[in-house]
Amino acid sequence: MPDSPALEITGLVKRYGGRPVVDGLDLVALPGQVTAVLGPNGAGKTTTIECCEGLREADAGTVRVLGHDPVADAATLRPRVGVMLQDGGLPTGIRAQDMLAHVAKMYAAPRDLGELSERLGLGSFGRTTVRRLSGGQRQRLALAAAVVGRPELVFLDEPSAGMDPQSRHAVWALVRELRDEGVAVVLTTHLMDEAEDLADHVVIVDQGRVIAQGSVRELVSGADDQTLRLDATPGLDAAALSEALGDGLVVTEQAAGSYVVVGTVGPATVAALTGWLAAHDVLATRITVGRRTLEDVFLDLTGRELR
Amino acid sequence: MTTPPTRAGAAPRWRRVLAQTDFEARAILRNGEQLLVTIIVPVMVLIGLTQVDVLDIDTDGMSAIDFFTPGVLALAVMTSSFTSQAIASAFDRRNGVLRLLSTTPLGRGGLLAGKIAGVLVVGAVQVLVIGVTAVILGWRPDAVGVVLAVVAMVLGAAAFTSLALLVAGTLRAEAVLAVANLALLLLALAGGVLVPASRLPGPMEHVALLLPSGALGEAMRQAFQHGSLPAWSVVVLVGWTAALGWGASRLFRWH
Repeated sequence: MPDSPALEITGLVKRYGGRPVVDGLDLVALPGQVTAVLGPNGAGKTTTIECCEGLREADAGTVRVLGHDPVADAATLRPRVGVMLQDGGLPTGIRAQDMLAHVAKMYAAPRDLGELSERLGLGSFGRTTVRRLSGGQRQRLALAAAVVGRPELVFLDEPSAGMDPQSRHAVWALVRELRDEGVAVVLTTHLMDEAEDLADHVVIVDQGRVIAQGSVRELVSGADDQTLRLDATPGLDAAALSEALGDGLVVTEQAAGSYVVVGTVGPATVAALTGWLAAHDVLATRITVGRRTLEDVFLDLTGRELR
Repeated sequence: MTTPPTRAGAAPRWRRVLAQTDFEARAILRNGEQLLVTIIVPVMVLIGLTQVDVLDIDTDGMSAIDFFTPGVLALAVMTSSFTSQAIASAFDRRNGVLRLLSTTPLGRGGLLAGKIAGVLVVGAVQVLVIGVTAVILGWRPDAVGVVLAVVAMVLGAAAFTSLALLVAGTLRAEAVLAVANLALLLLALAGGVLVPASRLPGPMEHVALLLPSGALGEAMRQAFQHGSLPAWSVVVLVGWTAALGWGASRLFRWH
């Protein structure tokens, strides 16, 4: 029997001052899976998560968390849902270990604090007040607070923000363990490697809508399975180069001197490219052929301009 | 449904609220600035008013300590339930602490209950410290007065906690810092807290009796000095609590 979804969002709309921040968003997260919500800043990720946590009320659409309404059934859901906020939300005047112990008191059967502290390396700063912790230490403490009550569903809003690599790996290991225990993990991130390494299901959000979703493998495969990247002098005639390559390949200069060839790239493509460059007396400083990464997909979908 | 409404993952409600009460009270009593405004300032005011002879105030034939102690206790209630609570809640709101705790089984209701109970615990510590200081300085309250004063202080704490949450939930944290201190000063000076409203100039007397500060001050003095609780003060405090509580519940923004 397939598991019923831990989270089901249908047509979610949330406006701030009339401006839609979330605009008809659909999302399903399953137990025992890590669902990564990926999107540029301002895409509506945090607002979506806050609607699921009962912190904001949807203007339209439905949100079902473990089969319940997150606002009307908040009391039922609170013991079953763990939350890590993007801005932490940790009281600052208290020692780290006292903060975790305080949150643990809200639950009937919290996790063993010693074991959890060891897992996330909290012991080294347990007696330090939260105010004096580094960003990564605060994040680890906030994660511990989110999972201390043995939740069935965990929302992690940018869990790796400000973390050093060691902290990130400790956090990722814990997230995988939660998933293996059957917990549904929903995390937002704009770190591609985090989504690639961790997520079973990736949802790419932009301007309040889902613009693509699937496993990482599904997202990166497609017609243009291979990409060819070329670094050379800026301002080459991309149209002429596209024509020389033939086969419907399209060359675009994505940044000054950085070109991408999209299409079915084969051995002949590389030969044609280097031939064209030689004929035009251009020295390539780098040519790479490889699979598309999640970052390629993400940038193709959400655009490359800064915002 | 016939199944009992027990929630598997949550600790019992009383344990959650007790934990939050302990948490709130400790947060105030551990914080140096909060300790200064809630305990040290009232004690210094008490000592200053009763031991320094520069003020020539008619004490209605009472000793200075009998005349001033009720007002100082009223001022203390205002510092803990209003100034200190407004500032703490405003910064907790800005830093996301209120939102994070409201997602735990504590919930918004438990958070509020814990805050109110925390204020009462801090109030009890204040009364103990100030009361003992006053007794050392010669204060001898009678038992009836103490009981009535406790009632007045609980009513006052309710009104001022409601005001604190209204301010903390609607203004920026930095603005709350300024407003809470300024309002304490204004209410203390214009509100007939330390001296009877009848000593205030002209129409201020009537204004003071309508303010929660004046009502609390009058109630405390009547309780300790005459062994009675003025009905008007009770009505004013209950009215302010209802109005401010309603406003806070309507206007409080969690973000």
